Amino acid sequence: MSLLQVKNLVVEFPNRHGTLRALDDISFDIAPGEILGVVGESGAGKSLTGASIIGLLEPPGRVASGQIVLEGQRIDQLNADQMRHIRGRKIGAIFQDPLTSLNPLYTIGRQLTETILAHLPVTPQEARRRAIDLLKDTGISAAEERIDHYPHQFSGGMRQRVVIALALAAEPRLIVADEPTTALDVSIQAQIISLLKKVCKDRGAAVMLITHDMGVIAETCDRVAVMYAGRIAEIGPVHQVINHPSHPYTAGLMASIPDMDSDRERLNQIDGAMPRLNAIPSGCAFNPRCPQVFERCRQERPELGSAGGTRAACWLHQGVAS
Amino acid sequence: MSAPDFQAKPLVVAHDLAKTFDVSAPWLNRVLERKPRQLLHAVDGVSFEIPKGQTLALVGESGCGKSTVARLLVGLYEPTRGGLTFDGQDAHSAFKSPDAKAMRQRIQMIFQDPYASLNPRWTVEAIIAEPLTEHGLISDAAELKTRVASLLQSVGLSALDMPKYPHQFSGGQRQRISIARALATAPEFLVCDEPTSALDVSVQAQVLNIMKDLQRERGLTYLFISHNLAVVRHVSDRVGVMYLGRLVELADKHTLFANPRHPYTRMLLDAIPKMHDTGRARTPVQGEVPNPLNPPSGCSFHPRCPQATDLCKSERPPLRHFKGIQIACHGVV
Repeated sequence: MSLLQVKNLVVEFPNRHGTLRALDDISFDIAPGEILGVVGESGAGKSLTGASIIGLLEPPGRVASGQIVLEGQRIDQLNADQMRHIRGRKIGAIFQDPLTSLNPLYTIGRQLTETILAHLPVTPQEARRRAIDLLKDTGISAAEERIDHYPHQFSGGMRQRVVIALALAAEPRLIVADEPTTALDVSIQAQIISLLKKVCKDRGAAVMLITHDMGVIAETCDRVAVMYAGRIAEIGPVHQVINHPSHPYTAGLMASIPDMDSDRERLNQIDGAMPRLNAIPSGCAFNPRCPQVFERCRQERPELGSAGGTRAACWLHQGVAS
Repeated sequence: MSAPDFQAKPLVVAHDLAKTFDVSAPWLNRVLERKPRQLLHAVDGVSFEIPKGQTLALVGESGCGKSTVARLLVGLYEPTRGGLTFDGQDAHSAFKSPDAKAMRQRIQMIFQDPYASLNPRWTVEAIIAEPLTEHGLISDAAELKTRVASLLQSVGLSALDMPKYPHQFSGGQRQRISIARALATAPEFLVCDEPTSALDVSVQAQVLNIMKDLQRERGLTYLFISHNLAVVRHVSDRVGVMYLGRLVELADKHTLFANPRHPYTRMLLDAIPKMHDTGRARTPVQGEVPNPLNPPSGCSFHPRCPQATDLCKSERPPLRHFKGIQIACHGVV
């Protein structure tokens, strides 16, 4: 059984001009221990998907329809109090900027033990011991001393390690990591990614890894979902999506990334930009930028269907019957 | 000496550029708490040449001084030591002379964040026209409009965009507006400080393609600063790798990527995720960039270097010529 199921999720932002639909009919699931990558350009809705799962949608954003089911329990309709017990205990979160996700006024030890005590039935001494173990596991040397330091005494990479320790503190089954390495240098990025992979594997936690960096996805994830304009354009095993993409958007995205192995004079570019939420084209949202567009794409919206080794929302891969 | 190029004189020559910032505590604290003055050597003796029409890329992690080099080159900072020769002239004394504008026209800059570098209350027309009027290049209003329109077209935007404001554009379009602004004075040398790192990949490809097209059409010379080695490999002719304010390796692009010699360069190359090799774990680099206020003795990379010896801990290796490249490493030379 899957750990997390997202079914036909719709997130809307009502405003005075009408209602903006930021996520439109998103469905996917995550198996226990699996790493699912969510990739897309800014504004595609990937962070919003993560925020809906952890229950941290900023008002006026709201889940308009659809379900989020964690271990058989619906979590999209819980109130703030109930959600607080899920968040941290069952779902851990890692955000992009480690400095803003840590409280600068508390030592990291206090923040870690607070989280452990809030969710697990342990004594304060036991919580502190666990906190030290977590810091050791996340590769912080001299953890016994550093536990009493404040966030500003840590470097960027070290802070992100603390944030990972914090996310793992109550032994959640799922970690939602939203751009965990974007604020870090490349050499540190590699350290953090391999750490995240290792600690989640050791604990059997599943990860939803949200990033715009295809390279990070390629080396980390089991499966990947490519998002475009609030919808999933393609989802499938990572090597299939990267090496044999079915959706023209995925193909264009892959080709526009400068890579280390080929010498091209020009990069392939996808002309135009992602549409704004108030001007999503009818039919397939990608149709104005798509090199393989045909009449049906402008009229009917494609749903996810099997296409080669992946599932893609594209009329190219779906039969004439509808 | 530099690239295998038959041009006798490079357009841009930086010699021993250095910038030191005084980051001392306030005077009273220094007196009462007996704290010494603290100096941050952001850039410490960087020398390079860029032949006309070529691109030199500077790469390195945050805090290595690459943006400071950019700001030194356009005259936003005064160098503490060393200088810049541009087309045979001393650029920094030209920046101070009465005809500084003549030099500034020829060197322009593109900034990293297209959201912060355009004035939100100005129309696109005003933004691009400003350098033209400021430098007194065009005074006739109709001619100014035509010129702005043609600049917008050269970066793939339209003349109809002139009355719009920056918020009406996406990130990639804004970056193209800042390229159009930088091109307004018909500069010969463009300093680009992370011009695409705030952009999405598909848009990054658009901007990089435009930059390459413009270079081919106008013979522009670029200094391209980036932390993304794949982008650097795509745009540059030569690459300089910086670490804690110094160049550690400077080589032709193909040589550097095919045969990186400095352990830091190798480490950076290893750290790049490989796209088509899914599931392959990178060998994570150990350690982090040290605090630049208190850099390690000898070679500043030695605490992270797998091949460090006692010599590396005590003596700083100078940047030396070696088999057609320049490198600062005791282990190689």
